[in-house]
Amino acid sequence: MKLKTKDGGWNPYFAGALVGILAILSVYATTALMGKTNYIGASTTFVRAVGFVEQVFASEHVASNAYFAATKIKVDWQFMLVIGIFLGALISSLTDKSFKLEKVPPIWQERFGSSLAKRGVGAFLGGIVAMIGARLADGCPSGHGLSGMMQLSASSFVALALFFAAGVLTAAIVYKRRAS
Amino acid sequence: MSIEQILGLITGVVFGFLLQKGRVIRFEKQIGALLIKDMTIFKFMLSAIMVGMVGIFILSDMGITTLSHKPMNVGAVVIGGILFGIGWAVMGFCPGTSSAALGEGRLHAIFAILGMLVGAAIFAELYPLLSSTVMAWKDFGKIGLQDAFSISHWVLVPIFWAAVIGLFFLFEKKGL
Repeated sequence: MKLKTKDGGWNPYFAGALVGILAILSVYATTALMGKTNYIGASTTFVRAVGFVEQVFASEHVASNAYFAATKIKVDWQFMLVIGIFLGALISSLTDKSFKLEKVPPIWQERFGSSLAKRGVGAFLGGIVAMIGARLADGCPSGHGLSGMMQLSASSFVALALFFAAGVLTAAIVYKRRAS
Repeated sequence: MSIEQILGLITGVVFGFLLQKGRVIRFEKQIGALLIKDMTIFKFMLSAIMVGMVGIFILSDMGITTLSHKPMNVGAVVIGGILFGIGWAVMGFCPGTSSAALGEGRLHAIFAILGMLVGAAIFAELYPLLSSTVMAWKDFGKIGLQDAFSISHWVLVPIFWAAVIGLFFLFEKKGL
């Protein structure tokens, strides 16, 4: 088993195991310092972020929305976690020189060409559908996939299986041209 | 910044660093897994789960931390899970990795992030309708497999490890 991958990254089993240790340290640290166990997640932050944006021009509407009220629009632990993820990836990619400005990824380009507009529309529409799904399912591959699976949550097994099954079917339709 | 925010930031920086080192955040890896050509993201994710679950169950058994299951609300999890999968395959990122992908220079992640913000806003508007329909069908509550089968988690953990290790051997054998 090689410790470095061909693209200069770390062995995914090793890097993943370190994330497991981070998750353990994180549940301990949040409990000790914040008085409540927090598990790693990401998608709720998008609700809070868009809540801040909407507050600028429709603060009463935000205040009267049941979901925003339940979610509480604030810069909390998870909000900073998502900002930290950006910084961590930036630091890692700049220091090992894998940082690359990319407008259209290769697999997309093979299928749809090099148009940034097409890729932008795809990523945008995909993002809308995915986030509605993640909020409905109450988690994404971080909240369900990592944190939920680590606790053997029943809903996380179902959610992860469906994320993958629907993703595989959609990817097969979107990225593979049918022969003939 | 409050202690809560500083803690979140530090945890996020380490998490983002490891996600980038594992090379799991880029579009090619996410879609590679969905096309069943490159299972790097599952090697990474399942390794994290295997290690994490042991510590998390020890800490909760000792009464230091508490478990926090997400509700097994059938309609919400099934329909939400399917919608997420469809969107994920087109977007090529997930919510956490979109932030990281932007960090390693994938500019098109901006469109994914904007789409997810709009999706979150739409969900907030649909919430009253959804909570009285899809989310009201059948809710088994916040349960784990250990509760569902009335069995100790320390029986399920080794079974999970064995199944995942088997899967890892399969990935390596097939060169995925």
